[in-house]
Amino acid sequence: MVLNNIDKLIEKYNNAETSLKEEAQLRAYFKSDNVAPHLEHYKPLFQYFSMAQEEQYTKDVPLKPKNRTVFYQWISVAAVAILMLGIFIPNWFGGPKTLADYSQEEQEMYLEAKEALAMLSNNFNQGTTSINTLNLASENFNVGLEKANHITEFSETTNKLLKN
Amino acid sequence: MKQADFVSLVMPFKDKVFRLAKRLLVSREEAEDATQEILLKLWRNKEKIGEYKNVEAFSMTMTKNFCLDRLKSKQAQNLKIVHSNYTDSNSSLQKQVEAKDSIDWVSKIMEELPEQQKIIVQLRDIEQYDFAEISKMLDMNETAIRVALSRARKTIREKLTNTHSYGIK
Repeated sequence: MVLNNIDKLIEKYNNAETSLKEEAQLRAYFKSDNVAPHLEHYKPLFQYFSMAQEEQYTKDVPLKPKNRTVFYQWISVAAVAILMLGIFIPNWFGGPKTLADYSQEEQEMYLEAKEALAMLSNNFNQGTTSINTLNLASENFNVGLEKANHITEFSETTNKLLKN
Repeated sequence: MKQADFVSLVMPFKDKVFRLAKRLLVSREEAEDATQEILLKLWRNKEKIGEYKNVEAFSMTMTKNFCLDRLKSKQAQNLKIVHSNYTDSNSSLQKQVEAKDSIDWVSKIMEELPEQQKIIVQLRDIEQYDFAEISKMLDMNETAIRVALSRARKTIREKLTNTHSYGIK
C-alpha cells in the first residue's frame, strides 16, 4: 500500500503536481534503505537533492564600508582648499579703496558722519578756549599772590620795628 | 541599518543564493564570487532594503539575473567545471563510491538542463520554495513553471533510468 502510494506520488512528481509536503514524503522514502527495486534509480536523485541542500556558503563577505577611509582622504583635500581660500580671498577683495569705490548712499553717510564729528570737535575746541581764559585768570591770581607776599614782607618789617 | 541587522537579515538565505549561483555557474569559485557580489549589492543598498517586500525573493531574482549575465559575458567563457566533494555517511567504501558516482551523475544530468529548468529545479527540489514564490522570483506564471519543472523532472528521470539500466557511467 505504501508502495502504491509512492508510485502515485512519483507519477504526480514527474508531472510537477506534488505539493511540498508530498515531496518531503518522497525524500523521506528514498532516504530509507528499503526502496522498491523498480524505483531504485530515483534514489540518487533524491539523495542528491538532500545533499545539495546542505551545501553552505562559507566565505566571509567584507561588509566594512570603505567610506571611512575615503572620508579621511577628502578631509585633507578640504583642508588644503580652505587654506588656499584663506590666503587668496583677502588679496582678491582687500585692495585699498577710495571714496569713489563706494555707492552714493555710502558716500553720503560718510560725509554726514564726517560733518557730525567735525561739529563735535569744534565744540571741544570751544571748551578748550574757555579753559584757556581760566588759565589766564589763574596767572592773574598768581600775580596777585606775589603782590600779597610783598605785603606780608612789609608787615614783617613793621613788626620788627615795633619790637625795637 | 547596522551590520549586525544586515547579517541577521541575510543569514537565512545566503546559502540559497550561493547554491543557486553554483547551480548556474558550476564552479565553486565563480559561485562564491557571485554570492559575494550579490551580498555586497544588498549591503550597498541597505537603506532601500526596507522597501522590498520580500528580501529573500528579491535576492534570488538578483542572483538569477546576475548569474545569467555572467554566463552570457565573455569572462565566463572559460568557466571551470569543479565538483565539490560530496560527503556520504556510514556505508561501505564500495557503496560509498557507487553512491557518490550516481549522485555525481545526477549533478551532471542537471548541468545538461537548460538554464531555466535548472533554476526551477534548484528552487523547487533543493530549496523547496512553493510555486507562488518561484513565480515571483522568476516573473513567470505558475503554469509555465509547472510545465518547465515537469519537463526537467522527466528529462532527469529518463537519463537516470538509462544510466541505471544500462550502466552507462
